[in-house]
Amino acid sequence: MSDTSIRPKMERETLRDLLIRKLPVLLVPLLAIAGLLAIGNPASWVTLTAAGLAMGMMIFIMASGLTVVFGLMDVINFGHGAFVTVGAFVGFTVLAWLGGWTAPPSVMMNLAAVLIAILAAMVVTGLLGYAFERVIVMPVYGQHLKQILVTMGGLIIAQQMIHVIWGPDEIHLSRPETLQGALVIGEAAIEKYRLLAVSIGLVLFLGMRHVLKHTRVGLLVRAGVENGEMVEALGYRIRRLFLLVFMTGSALAGLGGVMWGLYQETITAHMGSDIMVMVFIVVIIGGLGSVEGCFIGALLVGLLANYTAFLAPKVALISTIGLMVVILMWRPQGLYPVVKAK
Amino acid sequence: MTEPLLTLAGVHTHIGPYHILQGVDLEVPEGGVTVLLGRNGAGKTTTLRTIMGLWRPSQGEVRFGDHLVSGLATPDIARRGIAFVPEDMGIFTDLTVAENMLLAAARGPMDAKRLDWIKQLFPPIGTFWNSSAGTLSGGQKQMLSVARAIIEPRRLILIDEPTKGLAPSIIRAMTDALRQLKETDTTILLVEQNFAMASSIGDTVAVMDDGRIIHAGAMRALMDDAGLQEKLMGLSLEAHQ
Repeated sequence: MSDTSIRPKMERETLRDLLIRKLPVLLVPLLAIAGLLAIGNPASWVTLTAAGLAMGMMIFIMASGLTVVFGLMDVINFGHGAFVTVGAFVGFTVLAWLGGWTAPPSVMMNLAAVLIAILAAMVVTGLLGYAFERVIVMPVYGQHLKQILVTMGGLIIAQQMIHVIWGPDEIHLSRPETLQGALVIGEAAIEKYRLLAVSIGLVLFLGMRHVLKHTRVGLLVRAGVENGEMVEALGYRIRRLFLLVFMTGSALAGLGGVMWGLYQETITAHMGSDIMVMVFIVVIIGGLGSVEGCFIGALLVGLLANYTAFLAPKVALISTIGLMVVILMWRPQGLYPVVKAK
Repeated sequence: MTEPLLTLAGVHTHIGPYHILQGVDLEVPEGGVTVLLGRNGAGKTTTLRTIMGLWRPSQGEVRFGDHLVSGLATPDIARRGIAFVPEDMGIFTDLTVAENMLLAAARGPMDAKRLDWIKQLFPPIGTFWNSSAGTLSGGQKQMLSVARAIIEPRRLILIDEPTKGLAPSIIRAMTDALRQLKETDTTILLVEQNFAMASSIGDTVAVMDDGRIIHAGAMRALMDDAGLQEKLMGLSLEAHQ
């Protein structure tokens, strides 16, 4: 096919197109600048921004699995919150066992205790995700209404099981010694735990990005989100891939549960379902199936919630919903709409 | 005549309440190009999708070589050596051209010699190797779709209307590429409405109407028989010249 009449050509992207494409990324710094202008006091702004980013990172950790699960197999999992709750309770149990590591003021021992709690929570919720997918989700592929009903049923069962195992009362979960308190930089105070949350969230985001962009499994997930049928026609078993993604998403929710529990310092059987409202908003803002959109959406929600809580506490109650409304009016399919072939 | 590579016997396919394939009997001989002709809605695309396992036949059987493949999952059918170029091309627009090709080489790394051959068949594949597939033109996407199907040696390639909506120069180029592909002993089952293109590369032909095969035979015989053409054109081909 060396016919000279078919000269390859491609339209150059204009600066305007580039700006429009990158605009969602710019929203986070724009919101931060707007926050600074509105708050006025730089020290308060630094504290609130760190709190907002930490909150956003934790929501991202919980939401990232949900968005890929939806993108890949069109599965709406209302039971995702169960993994958050179970993760938090498993984390609590492990940290209680490791009391000797959390009490001394040793950064290494404290971080090791948190890391072990996180790993245990991820293993348990990952395995729970396996069972959840096989027993609850698999029979209702392609049936959204049934998915909503049965996954909610799964959530209720999980909550009741937590009552059975850990009791119905809310449990206080204290942070390890060196993660308590705040670092004071100038006049700004930043909670140490929030710095840890931001670090873990950032590492996780960069790790996910790397996996999705530079590994074969990541390519398959991205291809599967766009056109699962074609992935199968190339010879890949997408159901296995989906199971892997579902388990990973569940494990990430478990990780998010430990982080959120330590952040709130209180865990309850319904903490997962409570946070799911925020998680769903983030997934919708980001564009269903988009990890990058989810990340930006989570940071926007975290920052806005903290800024408005400081500036106008009554408005804070509706700020997240308001943000979703504004973004959906601008981009009805979210910040990064995922192209679906079907 | 040798054993057919692909055989459909009494295949019925339902999609929801619709009875699309109503007893398709089709034999695709090994080597060469078999063209499936027919008007819109005759069941051509459904036939390809049924072979690929994307829709399950409600009755009848599909055999590939000695093996019964109807009832197998799509990935298992693909792994037996059948590639599929769908009507919508099935390009992963979020991925680069290189990533599209990498995924298509499901069995392992891409064969460098084969890739060179493909780049010579379809120059835009090399030119836009690291570009997002979503930014390619319609013709370039079609080339990528066919290139993906042949990055690994396949026994059978199902191609659904590769010239649909393309400019004449691209159609000529695509025809040349399929002709070269044919010389590699790959068997092609081609759904095509462009009779000029179909007749220029087809060895055998089957004509569909209302979910059944109404004529099957050598392409040459159809081209030489004005009466048969007239009869079939009246039924199926007239609108597609």
